[in-house]
Amino acid sequence: MSVLYGKPESLNDVPFTFCPGCTHGLTLKLVASVIDEMDMGDDTISVGCVGCGGYMPWFMNVDTIFSLHGRAPANATGVKRMNPDKLVFTYQGDGDLASIGTAEIIHAAHRGEKFTTIFVNNTTYGMTGGQMAPTTLIGQKTTTSPYGRDAGLCGQPLHICELLSTIDGAKYIERVAVDSPVSVRKAKKAIRKAFECQMAGAGFSLIEILSTCPTNWGMSPLESLERIRTEMIPAYPLGVFKDWEEGDK
Amino acid sequence: MTKVLMKGNEVIAEAALRAGCRAFFGYPITPQNEIPEYFAREMPLRNGTFIQAESEIAAMNMVMGASASGARAMTSTSGPGYCLKLEALAAMTLTRLPAVVVVVMRNGPAFGTMNAAQEDYRMNGNGGYKVVTFAPSTIQEAADMTFEAFDIADQYRNPVVILADGMIGQMMGSVDFDKLPAKREHLPEKTWALHGRGQRNGKSEFLFIAEGKNHYQEKYDAETILYPEIKANETSVEIVDVEDADIVMCAYGTAARMCVAAVEAIGSEVKLGLIRPRTLWPFPYETFGQIGDPCKAIICPEINIIGQMIDDVRIASAGRWPVHHVGDSATGPLTPDGIIEKVKEVWKEMKV
Repeated sequence: MSVLYGKPESLNDVPFTFCPGCTHGLTLKLVASVIDEMDMGDDTISVGCVGCGGYMPWFMNVDTIFSLHGRAPANATGVKRMNPDKLVFTYQGDGDLASIGTAEIIHAAHRGEKFTTIFVNNTTYGMTGGQMAPTTLIGQKTTTSPYGRDAGLCGQPLHICELLSTIDGAKYIERVAVDSPVSVRKAKKAIRKAFECQMAGAGFSLIEILSTCPTNWGMSPLESLERIRTEMIPAYPLGVFKDWEEGDK
Repeated sequence: MTKVLMKGNEVIAEAALRAGCRAFFGYPITPQNEIPEYFAREMPLRNGTFIQAESEIAAMNMVMGASASGARAMTSTSGPGYCLKLEALAAMTLTRLPAVVVVVMRNGPAFGTMNAAQEDYRMNGNGGYKVVTFAPSTIQEAADMTFEAFDIADQYRNPVVILADGMIGQMMGSVDFDKLPAKREHLPEKTWALHGRGQRNGKSEFLFIAEGKNHYQEKYDAETILYPEIKANETSVEIVDVEDADIVMCAYGTAARMCVAAVEAIGSEVKLGLIRPRTLWPFPYETFGQIGDPCKAIICPEINIIGQMIDDVRIASAGRWPVHHVGDSATGPLTPDGIIEKVKEVWKEMKV
């Protein structure tokens, strides 16, 4: 009997422990599938972060190091420089990458480090209980913006793809979503493109994935997917911001 | 090779290269700049990696990544940067990753000044970890300790700190690199180094806490197995004339050099002994048992205001002798004259 669909080899057998409707599990499966399809499982090193994304290492069947809050890009710099022929990626949430880790991500891109960042943006700090992130939308209620995010006090949401695409060392930058089967297929292609950019030695690559947090948003899984479409995509337009093969977009 | 005259910071960098360090990540801060500058010149010529990081935080996390990949990795800094590095240093003790961190101390707190000082004796990250901490007192020792630090870090899978004061970093002195200590044998193979699971026949490695352990188990094992082993094997101290001394001085780094100057200046007037810890952790507590009956007091000169190592000296003394501090004054840093004055003052009190 032939297997038509199975779990990627680059995931281990530990069941996902994410909340119902959370898209981390789906995203990790996409990453693992692309690693398998590129036949890179034996030659991949992943770098974890702090937050819900920090659960990544517990589910991946590739070499992994757990990294401090926001520091994954610095950690990955050390890993990749010592392993120039391996596939190296960081897996970071928006609290981790867009707040405490802004210096590390900007300078990894700035140096043109040849690793990939999978950036999961769900507009909140999930693990700590739903606090405001730099990516939280205007008016969004969180435990630390209980009256809704006020741009006058907290600024506008930070656009990481737009920011990083101004940096020369960043060679592939794309924002995708995982709200529908069509989007998920596009997300997978984007991850593959970023890994190929890395293995071609072109420079830094990052895929931002607009994701859900039903628990902290106080929404059902379906309502959460709908929120990606109705609130997040209008604020964070999807698309390719930088493509080393085609020049700047 | 014969002796050469070199600056302490450059000696540290050269010794690290000779120890096989091929990954250095740094950030500019006085008085340690000659270390990253040396690596910036040498690494491209010696098949190594040098990165000037965006911050001390990033530099230390790069060290962590390079070490996780099996490389002998190093960084250097001074007090204001050391506190930023402690985040990843603490993480490396938990994840059991070797590395060498050089701290060329200046005075503080925070920005402080560029003046050499011994003010970071107590600086530690979170979680109660311990790391072997070397305190070089001569330029040759700076080379020897840096070289040995890499072996010790690899042997125990635990980072090693070189706590040098700014004077050691900035002064020139003679060094003979042929006299570096012998490289340790039977260092453990880094089977855990991250190069992809293909290196381990498909078995992936997750560097966080040792497989099968939880946090408590890891820390319990560190305190009950690892640290006692390090204490037993790596405690290092120089002891001079403590058996018949009237007063024993205890000092490290440049303060210990000043003690030697004080001994020469005082001559036979007072019999002075010296305990000079070469490792600050493990601290040589047991050495104080060698102090002879004539001893009436301990003096602990440090390049700071009220003393930091002095607390360990008091623990080691266990009430057997009064322990006196001498250090910086309101007008400037510790000097040999300040030590001489303190010795005479204590001696006078003792004779009354």
